[in-house]
Amino acid sequence: MNAQAVDHADHDDHHHGPAKGWMRWLTTTNHKDIGTLYLWFSLAMFFVGGAMALVIRAELFQPGLQLVAPGFFNQMTTMHALVMIFLALMPAFVGLANWLLPMMIGAPDMALPRMNNWSFWILPFASAMLLATLFVDGGAPAGGWTMYPPLVLQTGAAFPMLIFAVHLLGISSIMGSINIIATIMNMRAPGMTYMKMPLFVWTWFITAYLLIATMPVLAGAVTMLLTDKYFATSFFSAAGGGDPVMFQHIFWFFGHPEVYILILPAFGIVSQIIPTFARKPLFGYSSMVYATASIAFLSFIVWAHHMFTVGLPVEAELFFMFATMLIAVPTGVKVFNWVSTMWQGAMTFETPMLFAIGFVIMFTIGGFSGLMLALTPVDFQYHDTYFVVAHFHYVLVPGAIFSVMAAAYYWIPKWTGNMYDEKLGRFHFWMSTIFVNILFFPQHFVGLAGMPRRIPDYAVQFADFNAISTIGAFGFGLSQLLFAYIMIKTAIGGKKATSEVWEGAEGLEWTLSSPPPYHSFSTQPIIK
Amino acid sequence: MEDKAAAGKRSMRALLTKLFVFPVLMFGFGYLMVPLYDIFCDLTGLNGKTGAISSAQASQMQVDTSRQIKIEFTSSINQQGNWEFRPAEPTMLVHPGKPYTTEFIAVNKRNEAVISQSVPSVTPNKAAAHFDKTECFCFTEQKFDALEERKMPVTFVVGTAVPKDVDRITLSYTLFTKEPG
Ligand code: HEM
Ligand SMILES: [Cu+2]
Repeated sequence: MNAQAVDHADHDDHHHGPAKGWMRWLTTTNHKDIGTLYLWFSLAMFFVGGAMALVIRAELFQPGLQLVAPGFFNQMTTMHALVMIFLALMPAFVGLANWLLPMMIGAPDMALPRMNNWSFWILPFASAMLLATLFVDGGAPAGGWTMYPPLVLQTGAAFPMLIFAVHLLGISSIMGSINIIATIMNMRAPGMTYMKMPLFVWTWFITAYLLIATMPVLAGAVTMLLTDKYFATSFFSAAGGGDPVMFQHIFWFFGHPEVYILILPAFGIVSQIIPTFARKPLFGYSSMVYATASIAFLSFIVWAHHMFTVGLPVEAELFFMFATMLIAVPTGVKVFNWVSTMWQGAMTFETPMLFAIGFVIMFTIGGFSGLMLALTPVDFQYHDTYFVVAHFHYVLVPGAIFSVMAAAYYWIPKWTGNMYDEKLGRFHFWMSTIFVNILFFPQHFVGLAGMPRRIPDYAVQFADFNAISTIGAFGFGLSQLLFAYIMIKTAIGGKKATSEVWEGAEGLEWTLSSPPPYHSFSTQPIIK
Repeated sequence: MEDKAAAGKRSMRALLTKLFVFPVLMFGFGYLMVPLYDIFCDLTGLNGKTGAISSAQASQMQVDTSRQIKIEFTSSINQQGNWEFRPAEPTMLVHPGKPYTTEFIAVNKRNEAVISQSVPSVTPNKAAAHFDKTECFCFTEQKFDALEERKMPVTFVVGTAVPKDVDRITLSYTLFTKEPG
């Protein structure tokens, strides 16, 4: 993750090391360099998206309009979601994949190193285009990250920028996914059969397929928006014979698998970490693989649970309700397996394990609120309220984001050769966990009581819970500065890590030195 | 050894071809969903999509005088202001199998010509598939001169196979302003 990798590679004189200077980062085709770029980029965007969230929460601290104009508030909700999903979380997972997949399967690098460089470098440009919308005429997109027409068509000069940014981000993640699939299928060490792959590899393998199946559909949907606005097509315009609800169908055909794109790699990470600190092999490895595959398959037939209130016929409401609840079964299998892995294990609670356990508990809370939303009749009341906001933030923040942090703590000693500060790491975990619950738990209550989402003002009876929520938000935001500090500090130096790092860790990456050589496995290990 | 490497390269190329073609197909699939939904809605009557049949077909239908269905007409304007739009009569009693004609009245309150398009919808959904229009102002765009008021006819027939429990059908029109004419 830093200059340490350079030093090490230089000792290896039969390998060419990285180029010198900043050109190294621009032209690199090395999976570790690219992984590092993705991860730092993601961290930076995490703070950009976080700042937007704090604008939202500051405005919602009290009822009434205090700090920002309602239009700008709506820009913040829209941009916060887009930044967090496409610029923070997805790049974080791709960065982890880049760093870890070759090391986990015993390969020297990714299958398509040059395309890998492109996948990353498209990202800053797409992001710049998206963020630049904040400064154009009419401001940033403000119709929600779901981009529903006809509202989104009222976006000003930002509209084409939004569409092209989505296109570019899609191209970047499709190329990244193709690379991941090709690497996993063709570069495994001899003897590493599919059913011997570490779970992080499995979950990314399946995620990559979800990505190449759904990102193009999103690209199609936004292209239709573009031609509706500028080229007189009427895919979604009722006046021309189209139908705005059609957009929702196409969008959520992408959108629901997308939420699993954001969680499957997290499942993989947690399945790597828990066995290490429970000092037991993962309980139910093959059921984990099958559960992941079934979740991925089911994610294609539940999209209309986001649309229960658009006026679907009752048969469709029932189908999508039951299909959605069916997903809880493989998800439950996973939670069961994690708990069983910990059961009677010789557990220790280093920072990665704390984040992983926090993940299991709080992700499950989000899963339960999801089940409530899946009940069609009650969703009529909950839809578009803060209850939905609470649901998806539980699965995404103490869910997906905690898993990324767990991964960062778990593997950073491997990446840099330095141990992070354990005391600070635990402190970061506890601050994050306490504040994330202060932030999001009250949102369940105001949601059930009927507070709508994406609104800058609210009725006074919601004031107390909103004030609490805002305090939690600032506490959580500040705690993340600690995370950045710990990561930067570890990248620069610290106590040296051993190759194995963790006493109970299994997997090929731990057989390499810390930090690993510039090219991971130049002779492939043989797996028995 | 050489052969193995070459074979590996070939299988890699085949895999990559598949992996690149697949997203392209999925992009097409996104577009394919548009006609697929239309067909689905046509078949099921979802979304209040009504059918259209020729007046010759309609006149050949057997009239079912044993049933009477109440048709309610409603209208709304998509863009605010500048239009008046209402049914000439709010309701009508009909026999299945017999064509009826009614009118909607639209007034362009602007001082300039304008083109409108009206979009129909029928509820309940299970009746929509049996509700056919032989002639309708919604089939084409309608041009209005400045301040023009016009009566626009629609001729429809409710099919005899309409489910037994349907005794009331709502036909609604939404009027869209397409562009100044
Ligand atoms: C047990 C599994 C889950 C179930 C049953 C479930 C169910 C639902 C339902 C029914 C909604 C729609 C609520 C509404 O708008 O009225 C919803 C929204 C949402 N869910 Fe889940 N969910 C589950 C897991 C997840 C996971 C794992 C993620 C992401 C990591 C996720 C992310 C979201 C997001 C982002 C939304 C809101 C989208 C929006 O309208 O902006 N959900 N969920
Ligand atoms: Cu969903």
